[in-house]
Amino acid sequence: MATTDQEVNELIKREYEHGFVTEIEADTFEPGLNEDVIARLSAIKKEPEFMLEWRLKAYRRWLEMKEPDWAHVGYPKIDYNAISYYSAPKRPEDMPQSLDEVDPELLRTYEKLGIPLHEREKLAGVAVDAVFDSVSVATTFKEPLAKAGVIFCSISEAVRDYPELVQKYLGTVVPHTDNYFAGLNSAVFSDGTFVYVPKGVRCPMELSTYFRINAANTGQFERTLIIADEGSYVSYLEGCTAPMRDENQLHAAVVELVALDDAQIKYSTVQNWYPGDENGKGGIYNFVTKRGACIGKNSKISWTQVETGSAITWKYPSCILRGENSVGEFYSVALTHNYQQADTGTKMIHLGKNTSSTIISKGISAGRSSNAYRGLVKFGPRAEGARNFTQCDSLLIGDQCGAHTFPYIESLNKSAIVEHEATTSKVSDEQMFLCRQRGIDPEQAVSMIVNGFCKEVFKELPMEFAVEAGKLLEVSLEGSVG
Amino acid sequence: MLSIKNLHASVEGNEILKGINLEIKAGEVHAIMGPNGSGKSTLAQVLAGNEAFEVTAGEVTLNGDNLMEKATEDRAREGVFLAFQYPVEIPGVSNLQFMRTAVNAMRHHRGEPEMNAAEFMKLAREVSKQVDLDPAFLKRGVNEGFSGGEKKRNEIMQALLLQPKLAILDETDSGLDIDALKVVADGVNALRSEDRAILMVTHYQRLLDHIVPDHVHVLADGKIVKSGGRELALELEERGYAWLGIREDDVAASSAN
Repeated sequence: MATTDQEVNELIKREYEHGFVTEIEADTFEPGLNEDVIARLSAIKKEPEFMLEWRLKAYRRWLEMKEPDWAHVGYPKIDYNAISYYSAPKRPEDMPQSLDEVDPELLRTYEKLGIPLHEREKLAGVAVDAVFDSVSVATTFKEPLAKAGVIFCSISEAVRDYPELVQKYLGTVVPHTDNYFAGLNSAVFSDGTFVYVPKGVRCPMELSTYFRINAANTGQFERTLIIADEGSYVSYLEGCTAPMRDENQLHAAVVELVALDDAQIKYSTVQNWYPGDENGKGGIYNFVTKRGACIGKNSKISWTQVETGSAITWKYPSCILRGENSVGEFYSVALTHNYQQADTGTKMIHLGKNTSSTIISKGISAGRSSNAYRGLVKFGPRAEGARNFTQCDSLLIGDQCGAHTFPYIESLNKSAIVEHEATTSKVSDEQMFLCRQRGIDPEQAVSMIVNGFCKEVFKELPMEFAVEAGKLLEVSLEGSVG
Repeated sequence: MLSIKNLHASVEGNEILKGINLEIKAGEVHAIMGPNGSGKSTLAQVLAGNEAFEVTAGEVTLNGDNLMEKATEDRAREGVFLAFQYPVEIPGVSNLQFMRTAVNAMRHHRGEPEMNAAEFMKLAREVSKQVDLDPAFLKRGVNEGFSGGEKKRNEIMQALLLQPKLAILDETDSGLDIDALKVVADGVNALRSEDRAILMVTHYQRLLDHIVPDHVHVLADGKIVKSGGRELALELEERGYAWLGIREDDVAASSAN
């Protein structure tokens, strides 16, 4: 291992001597991670000095950290020196020139999900006319946002253009010391989204990564920071129901949300990364740290997620309820099929008085997959009158999959109230017989039953997302019966 | 329309149907009576294609097509309908959505255009009145929290919506008070038509006061032991199954129902 590291370092240094200015214009970094790589990354992004220092500090700490092994997932050891930490956007001539050059299987899925033609091209990575993109997309949302004073840009731009906001909030919710993957992300984050909603502003539209130009290539270490100032409201949609092709196997994203007094953030995710094939080959490792801090009184943070993709998902969108009367919500549907593994859930940390939280988790397992809910509800000593309600349901399809529930409750305050309900059920033969007896196709029947099971979560999604999510489940469940 | 020849079926190695022979013509209503455990419900389930039962011998045809070769959903699309004795719940799936999906599956099979939500809503509201179900039931989860009588009316409503060729009613009268029984019977009578066959499975003859059958068959230990007209049911009520040499208590004790 030591020699390999050394070799890699030497290789990097050699390249370095040629002068990286021309080097980086169109290239991808050689695999490997060290302080020089981070310095180059920061330089390419033209980051201010504080950002480089921040990254290096995270990197040095990360070197001392250990990869966690407590999750209910299994995967071969990751060689962090075999990963390239910067990749320039693909040149148009390297992309598929039309949909004819795209995997027909992918196109078939787009068809089923009802994705409009021009969007299919973008999703499949076809070289799209940049003019078309910037005109149609930019003008539709930039103007109303600017008028309202909402900042919505890539985190790289924010680091350069709004350094004081970034410096004030970045890492305050998920510090680089938090966990192994968050530490790695802090050192090498590639790009991501930045949102700031000023005092008293209700963001005039749903913000979505999809609208943001270049969002398609945020890389494998995405970093998102959303700040809702006093009395503001924002709803943010992440991801897309269409399967995204990505050559990076490891994804370690960090999302931080900050809600000040009386502010509300609604964060919805549809995650449909490549899950690997039906034999469990390939697929994305999705190791994400998502956390929101309700630092102001009467603030509210709501997480809604529909997770159907990735070979391995390790993700616990959480809320730190510091402000008095603040509210945290977590609504989740996690579906696993074939050999997928998901260990997901939430943490609700009640610190302030009269804080409340709701957790509704729906896990669906099919094939030989494994699906675990892991949740922590914690009440600090000053969380007088705090309460939590947790409902955690598992649905099994077939008899070779597994569902696990790991609820943790820690209370340091006697007045706190916690309610926990959990159920495990199967798509029963009787239900299937009833549906089929009415002429309904078995796959459609499973999808209908599963959609019914997820209803409480889907109703939390923005309208058009909810419809797409239903279709997504149907496509994800293909081949789960018969 | 329906022809059953020497039908044998078993569940988990136990033979339940031991050679059923039955012919039903279009327009006819047949009642199958018999004590608990005689195989009445099994016959209904086997005809509809419940895979929990294994057909070990015999032949069943619907308008000349071999029914046993077809998957459950294909039988349904060809016009076989089963009103369940104990309809199962499907939480979170609205009755309306369920029924529309079923109706559209049939329409799709016949090459007809699908009904949109608004069209179907209108139709469903009308039919729900026919079985005296509050249209509010359409929005509830399938059978979710329904009373026994509501479930049965909901089954008949589906039969009215789907307009099957062969309607099999499994103990549709059980657990109903007299008013509900009348509503259900009116629904079934509305189904009666020249080009439809109805097979009613029942333990008691009281349903037959309201839905008068053309033929009555008595099933005992997996075989039809006696067939006759309407009067056979009345005679059975008067004299009991013992009259036919059937020891009801013994079979009842071994019955799963």
